[in-house]
Amino acid sequence: MYRYDEYDQSIVDARVEEFRDQVERRLSGALTEDQFKPLRLMNGLYLQLHAYMLRVAVPYGTLDSRQMRMLGHIARKYDRGYGHFTTRQNIQYNWIKLADAPDILAELATVQMHAIQTSGNCIRNISSDQFAGAAADEVADPRPWAELLRQWSTFHPEFTYLPRKFKIAVIAADEDRAAMRLHDIGIQLLERDGVLGAKIFVGGGMGRTPMIAHEVKDFITADHLMSYLEACLRVYNRYGRRDNIYKARIKILLHEIGVDAYRDQVEAEFAAIRDLGIDPPLAELARITAMFAGPDFASDAPDSVDRSDPDFAVWLDQNVAAHKQPGHAIVTISLKPIGGIPGDASADQIDLMADLAERYGHDELRVTHAQNIVLPHVRKADLYAIWTALRDARLAEANLDLISDIIACPGLDYCSLANARSIPLAQKIGERFAGRQRELGELKLKISGCINACGHHHAGHIGILGVDKKGTENYQLLLGGSGAEDVSLGKITGPGFDEDGVVDAIERVTDRYVALREADERFLDTYRRVGMQPFKEAIYG
Amino acid sequence: MVDPITVNTNAGETLLRFRDDVVHDEPAVTLDAFLGQTNATAVRLEAGDDARELLPHLGQIALVEISFPTFRDGRGYSAARILREAGFEGELRAAGDVLVDQIPHMRRCGFDSFAPEKPVDAATLTKLLALYPQPYQKAADARVPVWKLRHG
Repeated sequence: MYRYDEYDQSIVDARVEEFRDQVERRLSGALTEDQFKPLRLMNGLYLQLHAYMLRVAVPYGTLDSRQMRMLGHIARKYDRGYGHFTTRQNIQYNWIKLADAPDILAELATVQMHAIQTSGNCIRNISSDQFAGAAADEVADPRPWAELLRQWSTFHPEFTYLPRKFKIAVIAADEDRAAMRLHDIGIQLLERDGVLGAKIFVGGGMGRTPMIAHEVKDFITADHLMSYLEACLRVYNRYGRRDNIYKARIKILLHEIGVDAYRDQVEAEFAAIRDLGIDPPLAELARITAMFAGPDFASDAPDSVDRSDPDFAVWLDQNVAAHKQPGHAIVTISLKPIGGIPGDASADQIDLMADLAERYGHDELRVTHAQNIVLPHVRKADLYAIWTALRDARLAEANLDLISDIIACPGLDYCSLANARSIPLAQKIGERFAGRQRELGELKLKISGCINACGHHHAGHIGILGVDKKGTENYQLLLGGSGAEDVSLGKITGPGFDEDGVVDAIERVTDRYVALREADERFLDTYRRVGMQPFKEAIYG
Repeated sequence: MVDPITVNTNAGETLLRFRDDVVHDEPAVTLDAFLGQTNATAVRLEAGDDARELLPHLGQIALVEISFPTFRDGRGYSAARILREAGFEGELRAAGDVLVDQIPHMRRCGFDSFAPEKPVDAATLTKLLALYPQPYQKAADARVPVWKLRHG
């Protein structure tokens, strides 16, 4: 894992001091709310329906147990005893007092954490593959590149007042576990002629106008990655639309001028800046990479697992993935208990996950964009003990990638932008399908409470969008989206439903799927084979 | 220069300057006007103007003023860097809705003169400019990025 040196620490410490001063100026009236807003947003502090919400950055979703415990401590001391893990691999707290925010940042800084650029029209937390460093299918660990990007993007002087927020993801495998092509910039590491480099995709995103990112650069090596990205961002900063907040993301710029024109402008900019010494030396990437070398795995760890406990065996098959190292495994801890709030964890649960990481998992945890927690490096021999501890803490739901493993935004229960509630709907769906979800197989369901799409509904195999229909909450149903390597955008089935109506409609869709599926087709595969029509008929008769 | 010199211009503006030469006293003309005549030495860029159009003429320009219609409009940061990257050494002034918390980033992008619509608090500015010991990136100022400190 990355460890701060004195330079990193001094920058994060300075940020705490800066924000403390800004809060004091706001409380004294020297700053108006309008002037304070972009400053607090750059520190992840939103004003929600009931209180301030603070979003803490978890760079590329990686944590150690000390950092995880700090997240639990903050939940306990400054919030109501829980936190909410987000689709950006961060955590947010929904009940924060403005006057406490500087103290929270000071506590985070003691464990090399911060809330820098977790909101605002700037480059947000860099996201990555939650299986990085553990997956058998990666060409390299993407996190050293993500850390290089974290440093480059932190307080970038030119790109702090962009037209709109800007999200970057880095992956290094063909299987895309990070929804890379639904980012403003998606980076896929690959090897060419023995050299590691990056393929650059630009202009993806969800929101009210979902788009899949276009390939803009076939291959760029590490020694020019930063200058190339500066060129990408500069063209956007100069020419992205600022007249309409809903048309301000880079995807709209690419859509309006075309990917070829955008690429040409970036290449012209790149030619002007590539030799100005913007790029850090390769020694910096090497320094960071050395810190991600990974743990010393036991070479003699036994590869067999005792499956005699049937409940354990179900969890093992659903939530445990193959590790690159024999005798080891990757555990995904579901934060989606049936009837619970997707992505929420109590302070006690957070502490328990930290304990497990420390005891069994080489002290590492990951947050996934699907709002679950991963222990990336555990011995197979320890899986039963881990499962037992998780079960006792209500963390052993065996539903990874099943219909109840729902991504949901906070919705109208918390968010001032939402049109409809997401959480109660997620709970109802979980309860309706709990008994038969394994029979339905992989089925990614995602709920957004408004068209801003924080719940990734466009990328759900089944997506649900909450809208306001003459003052009542109404839900539209979408089918056929995917955020993975087979990326696609869901299509609306037809007229919307009330809360119970949409759950019924999903049941009719899944019944039709079971009737239509061939061999071991996933729902998404069947949908792609037969199209929308049979499902429309099932829903609307 | 670490702290600015405050200058009151004949036009009644208060400037914060990080340079010690004499204030250029020719009024700035618009980009269109500048490109249409050849002897102006001060130009004002609106947020949407293309700074690159000035590059063939940098030798004759003493002052470029870049407008910030609202503090949220970040286009001027790129315009400033483009001019500095092309070697412009004259005065680069940020004018308009410029807030004290933005001035450290603007300094990094190459601005060395500020004409904020509303006065900024000098003590706050001094504190902010000294706050961060070093930046992560190379930009248009002389500050040394962390990676350079790490690797020489």
